[in-house]
Amino acid sequence: MNLRSIPLSAWVGIAGIAITILCAIFAPVIAPYGERDVVGDIWLPAGGDFLLGTDNLGRDLFSRLVYGARTTIFVALAATVLSFSLGMILSFAAAVMGGFVDQLFSRFNDLMMAIPTLIFALVVLAVLPQHLWILILVMAVLDSTRVFRIGRAVALDVAVMEFVEAARLRGEGSLWIIFREILPNTLSPLLAEFGLRFAFSILFLSTLSFLGLGIQPPAADWGGMVKDNKDGIIFGISAALIPGAAIATLAICVNLVVDWLMKRTSSLKGGRGDA
Amino acid sequence: MPELLSVKNLKIEATSYPPGEPPKVVTLVEGVSFDVQKGKVLGLIGESGAGKSTIGLSALAYGRGGARITGGEVLLNGRDILKLDRSGINTVRGAHVCYVAQSAAAAFNPAHKLGDQVIEASLRHGLMSREEAKKRALYLFRVLGLPNPETFGDRYPHQVSGGQLQRAMTAMALCPNPELIVFDEPTTALDVTTQIDVLAAIKHAIEETHTAALYITHDLAVVAQISDDIMVLRHGKTVEYGTTKQVIEAPKEDYTRALVSVRQAKRDEATDQSGTLLKIERVHAGYANGFKVLHDVSMHLPKGQTLAIVGESGSGKSTLARVITGLLPPSEGRITFDGKELPKALKGRTNDELRRVQMIYQMADTAMNPRQTVRDIIGRPLSFYFSMHGAKKTERVKELLDQIEMGPRFLDRYPAELSGGQKQRVAIARALAAKPELILCDEPTSALDPLVAEGILNLLLRLQEETAVSYVFITHDIAIVRAIADSVAVMHRGRLVRFGPKSKVLSPPFDDYTDLLLKSVPEMEIGWLEKVLKTRRMESAGN
Repeated sequence: MNLRSIPLSAWVGIAGIAITILCAIFAPVIAPYGERDVVGDIWLPAGGDFLLGTDNLGRDLFSRLVYGARTTIFVALAATVLSFSLGMILSFAAAVMGGFVDQLFSRFNDLMMAIPTLIFALVVLAVLPQHLWILILVMAVLDSTRVFRIGRAVALDVAVMEFVEAARLRGEGSLWIIFREILPNTLSPLLAEFGLRFAFSILFLSTLSFLGLGIQPPAADWGGMVKDNKDGIIFGISAALIPGAAIATLAICVNLVVDWLMKRTSSLKGGRGDA
Repeated sequence: MPELLSVKNLKIEATSYPPGEPPKVVTLVEGVSFDVQKGKVLGLIGESGAGKSTIGLSALAYGRGGARITGGEVLLNGRDILKLDRSGINTVRGAHVCYVAQSAAAAFNPAHKLGDQVIEASLRHGLMSREEAKKRALYLFRVLGLPNPETFGDRYPHQVSGGQLQRAMTAMALCPNPELIVFDEPTTALDVTTQIDVLAAIKHAIEETHTAALYITHDLAVVAQISDDIMVLRHGKTVEYGTTKQVIEAPKEDYTRALVSVRQAKRDEATDQSGTLLKIERVHAGYANGFKVLHDVSMHLPKGQTLAIVGESGSGKSTLARVITGLLPPSEGRITFDGKELPKALKGRTNDELRRVQMIYQMADTAMNPRQTVRDIIGRPLSFYFSMHGAKKTERVKELLDQIEMGPRFLDRYPAELSGGQKQRVAIARALAAKPELILCDEPTSALDPLVAEGILNLLLRLQEETAVSYVFITHDIAIVRAIADSVAVMHRGRLVRFGPKSKVLSPPFDDYTDLLLKSVPEMEIGWLEKVLKTRRMESAGN
């Protein structure tokens, strides 16, 4: 792989993600005002002192957007990484061990998937104390059911190949087979899935925040900002659309990168191992 | 006699897209010329990548997978079909020139009845009415010796055997009464005993209908039975072109001579057959769904020798290998290795027991992890069994690479960067790295070109001399058995038909199945097919 083989669309996606991450890291430097500071009148239009105007409490919308990138990306990334670790380990174990373990994991997974995700999350989050790590954990566990499905299907494809049988005949343990024989051969599809799941996590977090069970005020996050400003829409004030556009843009950027990774993966089919 | 098909100075190119490099144009075929007269058969022969299928398809003015015909002429009855436009080509394909593919199972549409598919082209071209086409199909089913020709057309592709499907495909090609048929390896995917029937049927049908044919294959012995002329191809160029008699009996080129003499190696069996390494006693085995594959199989193998297990697909020979490795525990019977009974299941065996029995697979492609380098593939058994690391391990891997005649420059290659023969050599080195006493070889050469396969066999024989390793060699090819085995086990439908030293098993009196198997192996001799059909005692089952 070299830089020139990356298509333009993927570059756009990479640039968008890079800008968001830079905003998140250097938020105090970039943001002109504090995250929680009331600096002016409510719902001021864009321009003048406030680049994107102010929100329903008179806080600077641009500053909150920059700070909001921090929480939004941190929570979404942590939840995705966690859900992937959980989903992949369980699914690979199911694929390699087969039999009873496979049945147990798969049926439990079916059980989890049978309950609508949003309702499940709402119930659990309403009952448990409101900590950031609990939010991340709940999102991760719910998302891992999807990862488990994909992971098991991909791993089963590889697990029946003769080089895995050869490793078994050598006497290798399950851990070696999972991490050395199967994982490298399933990495590309799972990587693409990772990007997709990351985008879904952002959306899911926004949904939860919108419903009041995600990030708690006054901390800024994109979904919560939409909720705070939604009433303005009735009066023709577009403050709610700005964080909404940020969510949409980041989701599109992630998907542009994912599309490119998907294409790379599918071109490997048949001739596995282009290394 | 006027030429039916005349190909002049054909040139075929394709564009390849190597990763990370600009696309480049590759010449697949260059400067190939030949003529086919009415009712004659031309055999195109060569190893994979020789361009034989590409040339065959050019007779239909078709380039597969991005191949483009960029030069030369293809004259059918004096008319250059390369110059025809799309609709002109369509009147030629399927009416004047027809095609028989290698894998009939993949070429038939599983959702339609065979009869409808056989007559489809004739109806589409308006060559005959439905009734006439059906009549012709019935006639062709009879000529091709298909069972119950009246009702054969009412069946679906999955309801008939592979050999019957291949013959149905021939009927499909013959139905519109074409002037030329292109046969692309029609018998390669079939068992030897089935191949002979299909071959005889094709030959009979061609003679009966006076159709000309291009017969593409990699097996010179097969083409010798059926063609009038032979063209030997290599790397897209003509090596030799002449009558069948001349090419087989007096080849002019070294490459052709190598092809003719391949598979003629013979080896005397070891005289001392005592000192048993592996003993299989009354083994029964089956799969979890209750399907029983092996019935009461017993055999044994002396130290440092080779036991060949022969049989067609479904005979249980690969299952027996799985039983020996422990992947499929037998339901009854026992396996003794070097005087000690082996635990039945893989889980019960110690690492040392596993180390002493290694395996080589038919498809080296899938037997090696595509994400590991040659160094990792060969090195893993070294660190796993002997705890070798660092420079010591690298040294040993290099030694092993020398042993398989490849050398240290392959250390950091990935399997995708090796040729088929090289991959199989690396697989052998991986088995060898464990210092095994027994290597199970599951058809290690059947996916390879004949000359490459011969190289692998010679390598295996040399390694046996150097390290005194024993082989269980699973194959369907009697020629390989002659070349390497000390003792032979013939299997048929999960039962042992015949077992003993090679000289005994391969000499009369034969049981019926061994007789059929031995007589089905094509020999490099003109007229062999007719001779065999007259003398064999048993029809191959179900075909």
